[in-house]
Amino acid sequence: MEWNLDPSRPIYQQIIEKVETEIASGRYQPGQQLPSVRELALEAGVNPNTMQRALSELERGGLVTSRRTSGRFITEDGNMIGETRNAIADRQIRIFLEKMADLGMTKKELLKRMEKEAVSADAQNAAGQNTAVKGEEQ
Amino acid sequence: MSAVIECINISKQYKGGCQALDNVSLNCQSGRIVGLLGPNGSGKTTLIKILEKLLVPTGGTFAIAGQTDPVEIKKIVSYLPDCNFLGDTLTVKDALDYFQTFFEDFDRPRAEEMMEKLGITGTQYLKTMSKGTKDKLQLVLVMSRRAKLYLLDEPIGGVDPATRDFILHTIVANTDEDSSVLISTHLISDVEPILDEAVFINNGRIVLKSTVDAIREEHGKSVNDYFREVFKCY
Repeated sequence: MEWNLDPSRPIYQQIIEKVETEIASGRYQPGQQLPSVRELALEAGVNPNTMQRALSELERGGLVTSRRTSGRFITEDGNMIGETRNAIADRQIRIFLEKMADLGMTKKELLKRMEKEAVSADAQNAAGQNTAVKGEEQ
Repeated sequence: MSAVIECINISKQYKGGCQALDNVSLNCQSGRIVGLLGPNGSGKTTLIKILEKLLVPTGGTFAIAGQTDPVEIKKIVSYLPDCNFLGDTLTVKDALDYFQTFFEDFDRPRAEEMMEKLGITGTQYLKTMSKGTKDKLQLVLVMSRRAKLYLLDEPIGGVDPATRDFILHTIVANTDEDSSVLISTHLISDVEPILDEAVFINNGRIVLKSTVDAIREEHGKSVNDYFREVFKCY
């Protein structure tokens, strides 16, 4: 996993956000066991105490649970994962809306442009899949 | 957790007038990685040399894991100087033997395992190695001791970014809950993710002691950028 930490923000917060995103996207599966604090710290290139702090916060929120002897696991609570996913999406949307407001975009313009972009992104994805399939055939 | 470094009002006045340290008090708990950050000539190396009992302070007292006796301190402190400390005529095996003879807590299999990962072989002479390889070898030897305190003076100065990553990774991987690391450097952006605490030192005085995340939270910038602001020269 690429951690890509932003040097201007607290590290433990970014770890929390990163793990939340991994859970919300399904890259970390419900019930999956997390690597140890030390392994995660080494992978992220951060201090083990910072990693510990981030995981404790995640535990407090309930997304991660700890079983005394066997380590830390991702929650199996589907509702909680769904809520986390929505919260992350909402956060990104708010940032996006602020930037668009700064550009002076009206809501109507914005919705129209987003629809257009979504359609062309779909088309590109479809084209990408087609070439992938052709590549395999060859 | 117990205190690994307890130092009270340490001062050092060099003959000829330079006041290198001025009433420095510093506490460091076990399991911590502390960055000693300051501009050139701020007193970083002097403090490290005092903690290693290579220099005698002109004032103040300190203990390392409760020890004050120089011989006892050298047994539990692993020190990486900011220069080449191994002779060029040695082979890697000689260097390993040398450490094993000197230090009871030297974990030779651990050192050999890390060297294997780096592709350093026992028969290689140190004089045939590049500066970066020599730096890595020295760090591996120092970090392979099961010490209470690691004093690392500029461990990443003058090596490429990939080597820096290796060195930082090695430091994190080899520090456990019972030991502490004090790293002096001015390459702050590279070390700040692995630090528990940042200690800013200037003109022989400690001007700030805080956690990396607290500095980022409070000032909205990296420790590196905050350092630049505090020690602005123009």
